[in-house]
Amino acid sequence: MSADSSATQTAGPAVPSASLLSQVRNATGLDPARCYQCGKCSAGCPMAAEMDVKTHEIIRLLQLDLRDRLLAAESIWMCLTCETCTTRCPNGFDPAVVIDALREITLRERPDRVPRNIGAFHSAFLRQIRTHGRVFEVGLVASYKLRSGALLADVGAMPAMLARGKLALAPRRIEGIGEVRRIFDECAKREEPR
Amino acid sequence: MSRIGVFICHCGENIDRTVDCSRVAQTLGELPGVAHSVDYKYMCSDPGQALIKQAIQEKHLDGVVVGACSPHMHEKTFRKAAAGAGLNPFLCEMANLREHCSWIHEDRERATRKAVDLGRFIVEKIKFNRPLSTIFIPVERRALVIGGGIAGIQAALDIADGGREVILVEKEPSIGGHMSQLSETFPTLDCSQCILTPRMVEVAQNPRIKLLAYSEVESVEGYIGNFQVKIRRKARYVDETKCNGCGECQTNCPNKKIPGEFDQGLGMRTAIYVPFPQAVPNIPVIDRANCALFRGRAKGVKKVVCNKCAEVCGRKAVDFDQQDTFVTENVGAIVVATGYQLYSIGKKQDSEMLRGYGEYGYGAIPDVIDGLQFERLASASGPTGGKILRPSDHKEPRTIVFLQCIGSRDPAKGIEYCSKICCMYVAKHTMLFHHKVHDGKAIVFYMDIRAGGKGYDEFVRRAIEESHALYLRGRVSRMYRNGDTIRVHGVDTLSGEPVVIDADMVVLATAMRAQPGIAALAQKLSVSYDQHGFLNEAHPKLRPVETNTAGVFVAGACQAPRDIPDSVAMASATASKVLGLFSKELLEREPLIARVDRLTCTGCFHCERVCPYGAVERLPLKDGKGRLIKIVAEVNQGVCQGCGTCQATCPSKSAELEGFTDEQIYAAVNAL
Amino acid sequence: MKVGYFPGCSLHATAREFDESLRAVAAVLDIDLEEVQDWACCGASSAHATSHVLSVALPTRTLALAEKQKLDRVLAPCAACYNRLATARYALNHDKKTAAQVQSILGEGFNNSVGVVSIAQLLSEATAEIRRQAKVPLSGWKVACYYGCLLVRPPEVCGFDDAEVPSSLESIVSATGATPVKWDMSLECCGGGFSLSRTASVVRLGRLILQSARNAGAQVIVVACPMCHSNLDFRQKAMLERGGFGDAMPILFLSQLVGLSIGLDPIRLGLHRHFVSTQPLLDRIGAAKSQPEHREQA
Repeated sequence: MSADSSATQTAGPAVPSASLLSQVRNATGLDPARCYQCGKCSAGCPMAAEMDVKTHEIIRLLQLDLRDRLLAAESIWMCLTCETCTTRCPNGFDPAVVIDALREITLRERPDRVPRNIGAFHSAFLRQIRTHGRVFEVGLVASYKLRSGALLADVGAMPAMLARGKLALAPRRIEGIGEVRRIFDECAKREEPR
Repeated sequence: MSRIGVFICHCGENIDRTVDCSRVAQTLGELPGVAHSVDYKYMCSDPGQALIKQAIQEKHLDGVVVGACSPHMHEKTFRKAAAGAGLNPFLCEMANLREHCSWIHEDRERATRKAVDLGRFIVEKIKFNRPLSTIFIPVERRALVIGGGIAGIQAALDIADGGREVILVEKEPSIGGHMSQLSETFPTLDCSQCILTPRMVEVAQNPRIKLLAYSEVESVEGYIGNFQVKIRRKARYVDETKCNGCGECQTNCPNKKIPGEFDQGLGMRTAIYVPFPQAVPNIPVIDRANCALFRGRAKGVKKVVCNKCAEVCGRKAVDFDQQDTFVTENVGAIVVATGYQLYSIGKKQDSEMLRGYGEYGYGAIPDVIDGLQFERLASASGPTGGKILRPSDHKEPRTIVFLQCIGSRDPAKGIEYCSKICCMYVAKHTMLFHHKVHDGKAIVFYMDIRAGGKGYDEFVRRAIEESHALYLRGRVSRMYRNGDTIRVHGVDTLSGEPVVIDADMVVLATAMRAQPGIAALAQKLSVSYDQHGFLNEAHPKLRPVETNTAGVFVAGACQAPRDIPDSVAMASATASKVLGLFSKELLEREPLIARVDRLTCTGCFHCERVCPYGAVERLPLKDGKGRLIKIVAEVNQGVCQGCGTCQATCPSKSAELEGFTDEQIYAAVNAL
Repeated sequence: MKVGYFPGCSLHATAREFDESLRAVAAVLDIDLEEVQDWACCGASSAHATSHVLSVALPTRTLALAEKQKLDRVLAPCAACYNRLATARYALNHDKKTAAQVQSILGEGFNNSVGVVSIAQLLSEATAEIRRQAKVPLSGWKVACYYGCLLVRPPEVCGFDDAEVPSSLESIVSATGATPVKWDMSLECCGGGFSLSRTASVVRLGRLILQSARNAGAQVIVVACPMCHSNLDFRQKAMLERGGFGDAMPILFLSQLVGLSIGLDPIRLGLHRHFVSTQPLLDRIGAAKSQPEHREQA
């Protein structure tokens, strides 16, 4: 923490507009100052046992504007957006939405910090929507395996899935696929926070 | 022609740095009607005041304008000085050259010109000032105290000790309030009832205190010094004059299974009952909803279903036909000391602003109790004889988890404030638990520790260091029944570790709230209250025990969450205010109030409709033979607060505010 | 009663039985499901985890299509789809900035007039009819109602049932004649979209849910989300290997339970598609064997 110089910048009025804190404030409309660190979010978080930086600590690092440490935390990718913290926060704060914003920033500024599996999954999933308009499992799984390198996992289950009619082998494209692709492109232009 | 004296104050540098004071004095001195105009460094100082007095006497001034700070600061000072020199104090006015001029502008030239305008404004107004006299109102030197908890008891005793009569009204069958339910009090661990009951007995025996228990305020009329309060004395169905408190009725009542209010639902009582053995007055009350006889009557049953209590009563004191009665008391001052209730975590709330704690089970999980319930368990006179036992199976808990800030500091649930006492009583609870169950484990989930009183922080440290309570900093996300125990999912933010505990019992430190029904009472008294129901003090710093309604004072937790020492101090403070009020036979009021010209008043009573204080009365005017001429509006000099709304409303220009008549205001405005 | 229908991507393949059973039950309960034409994926977690605007824009397109079709409500059986659609609707009403951005992408003309309902909300409106239609006695069935994390939370977005002590699924299950059990993990997340990318987390979380249901005496868990179903059914084998909750526990979709109670054929309800065999349940009510036989449980 002592190595990170941005900790000293939070106190004064001259916070640079590119500070992580102001990026998140602008993107979400939420002010992390509302968090009084009671930890109720971490206490109810299903992934807390696996997180290096717990939910309330993520908000604390954000309050202190410790960009490098925060964007490097694996925890922000473990959030399930289960809405437990959102529902229970005494101050009506929304850690889940803040974590989404941090993910978006990390993707843009520090793509090297995105955990391989999770990053691969999201890319594969979104690719499916862009291609067909809907997600087809075979394509999703294949694409995910290629991106993540987890080639053998669940391979044994394929015949069983097939036998149960749970795999659609022929993906169909929706008619309005052009509009869906246009939505993707337009969103990419508007992505915040800058 | 007027002979007005103008005195411009430099206020050190405060005014003079921005306003050229000597130029202002010079310019104003040239106005017609101004006979004397000077400037000086500090007008409010003794020499400054002497200047005014001297000028009044030497130059025979008939009006004084002091251009200085805000009238809120020194109007009284200068009026007193003027009066000292023989000039009617209401012929002395101030022009605010500081807050309204030098403190808010920078350009010296323009500020000086504005100062001249402000001075001229007042000079022209004062030409139409009339000499006025203080108004004297008779005072009924008896006090009413509403609420018989520790604050109300203290206020009543102090006022009685000051030689004045007090009527103490309490809505429960006995006085004592929540303090009588406590086991021990922090930070001394005194037995609560041991220190309280002597005071209760004093109240009962004090010849100057008229105790009206099981009674409520029905209506309040009048104003400071002259309130008429109608009080409803609720029917106990027991004749107070005959009952000797022997208790036979209670012993013989067949319905013994009613969850008692005093024990917070953890113990049982009978239908005819005294809430606790040391009750004052020690006279029982019949709970109609649970009495077989009354339930029979409600169903239309003709025969007497049960009258065991009446049968065994040696004094024939039971009277099933007793009715509520009303008494009206005339008092000069009212002290409100109605205390608090605790927030409940249930799904149903009595206010739309509040939510319950679904994540803690909405109050349905057995062995999850609140602070007052824990007090009843710990109390030697409680339902378990002072043993800490689980309500579900009466087994002794080995692990108790205490949660602070339940409702408090939780905007999502509707309460953003801190309840002040919980950090202290939770520490106390851990110590009581440790004393009674030596190998018991007390775990406290807290966010902060607020222990600002005398000896308070040391007390909390004792809980941690001597009673070995484990303090974990964090809130609990949820809890649920897990077999025989309650599984609590919390966190310790200091170490960053989520914590799961299987507790035998959970005690919730729930928020302090104003009593139910406080809004209705406040409306009767014309006292304002905030969105939480806490009564508003007149000024949060400097007038903490007064309200904005003259003659009505507040003490204790009805104004804000508060502990016993502060409630007692506040109660004594209200007593001093009341005794001060009563120290004179007549009350003095500033005459800057409204007045209706009877000649021109047409009796339309628009003023009566718009007056926020109900200060307008109807006065019939009769001729020499007693025939009615007309009914006019008349301002009650005790109630009027001088807001001027009637003057703005009156279509015939009959209502005028002394000191701010239309004439005065037009003269001032035209001077600009 | 007509209601718009947004099946979502999983109901066509991995959770085919949810779609099958829902359509079968809707027909009996006189609910007309009108599929939203040419709907696209709601974006699920991958959209909101990577791009806020995309996560609102994609569902908004679906809602706009529904509005054009003059539907006043849309049912999204998948709890995650439901939550994304409801969140988009909420954002358009409460977040001016996002609403403006989405409008600049999709154009004007959408009035955000379409309501979004979950299967819990829809079927709880039909409990009287379910009770009336129940032919097969399911009394004695102890059912754990698993809401999952997204069906009723957050309360401002969903606006239905209680976010901490919900009861809508219990009232539907009671209407079928089965007995809902009181248990304490009904809202705890199953691991959601981590089935592929963090399977170990899903196994850990799912095991806690199964243990709790078993301890409460449940014989079956009823779910209202294809991800929850997949995590608890498809992944149950790995949880059984860790032990701690006895034999395998069948996982039913809510529509399958309702379908069984009103006497529909188990094959039609897709009960043969599960990984954890539902045969023990069917034997209890003497229902026809589910074919083909896939007993790939423990």
